[in-house]
Amino acid sequence: MNWGSAAEFFAMGGYAGYVWGAFAVVAACMIVEPFVVRARRREALRRLRQLTSAAQGAHNEATA
Amino acid sequence: MTQGTTPGIVNWLKFSSPQTFYPLAGKMVPWFAVAAAILAAVGLYIAFFVAPTDFQQGDSYRIIFVHVPASWMSMFIYIVMAAWAGIGLVLNTRLSSMMASALAPTGAMFAFLSLWTGALWGRPTWGAYWVWDARLTSELILFFLYLGFMALQAAIDDPRRADKAGAVLALVGVVNVPIIYFSVKWWNTLHQGASVSMTRAPTMAATMFTGMIVMAFAFWVYSIAVALVRVRAIILERERHSGWAQNLQEAPAT
Repeated sequence: MNWGSAAEFFAMGGYAGYVWGAFAVVAACMIVEPFVVRARRREALRRLRQLTSAAQGAHNEATA
Repeated sequence: MTQGTTPGIVNWLKFSSPQTFYPLAGKMVPWFAVAAAILAAVGLYIAFFVAPTDFQQGDSYRIIFVHVPASWMSMFIYIVMAAWAGIGLVLNTRLSSMMASALAPTGAMFAFLSLWTGALWGRPTWGAYWVWDARLTSELILFFLYLGFMALQAAIDDPRRADKAGAVLALVGVVNVPIIYFSVKWWNTLHQGASVSMTRAPTMAATMFTGMIVMAFAFWVYSIAVALVRVRAIILERERHSGWAQNLQEAPAT
């Protein structure tokens, strides 16, 4: 164990701004990105549903 | 056609169709996501509670546990992205090009994080957030190559033409990756060499190295999980007029 107390841990030997600044931005990006890609897929799925319901009926010209 | 080849090859080729790959990718995502979370937890524990304070750099060196994995991933993803783009260009396989497009934003993010964490490490160790040094400049160029790839693809309406144009850009840009990697040997640079951590006292090098490798694996499986979700979105966006996509029986959530 490197740290005598929680305060010591957060102080990072005087480099708190640099260390936490680095880790916070990495963590933020890697937490936000999965939500962004999931939202993108959900949106694609939603548009697909719209298209499918619009295509229902006598509409058969959708080709690959 | 492929009837004459071995069953193994046929089975494997089957997954090169977006229609077959889409559900497979969906099944793989949770495994990679869980692996990423576990590896990140272990890696962060080692980074902050096992690895000792550096006798020269103090605790500022702990940035290494995100800086090196982010930098490695930024280069590795670029090579994988260019390879998929190249395969898509040569074999005209749609899914390969979609994989390349799915990797670009994550690669760009890691290139940015490499620069960001590097700046915050450079300030306490060199006294500067940024220097126009070979390593830093070539990494910045990598970041711009990712942005260029994405901007070029976004600017072309026809997806197949966008794939081809992007592939040419990605393949030309590959030359930058060895330049980044060897820049610390080829030029006189402020950036430390690749083996600095190995030359310290053995116990220290061992825990530091373990932490770095575990974090690198975490970033790696994270990238796979995110790229798979993104490629699924891209498949839906591009194949939405095809019959299989419209017949997709899938819950709207997740």
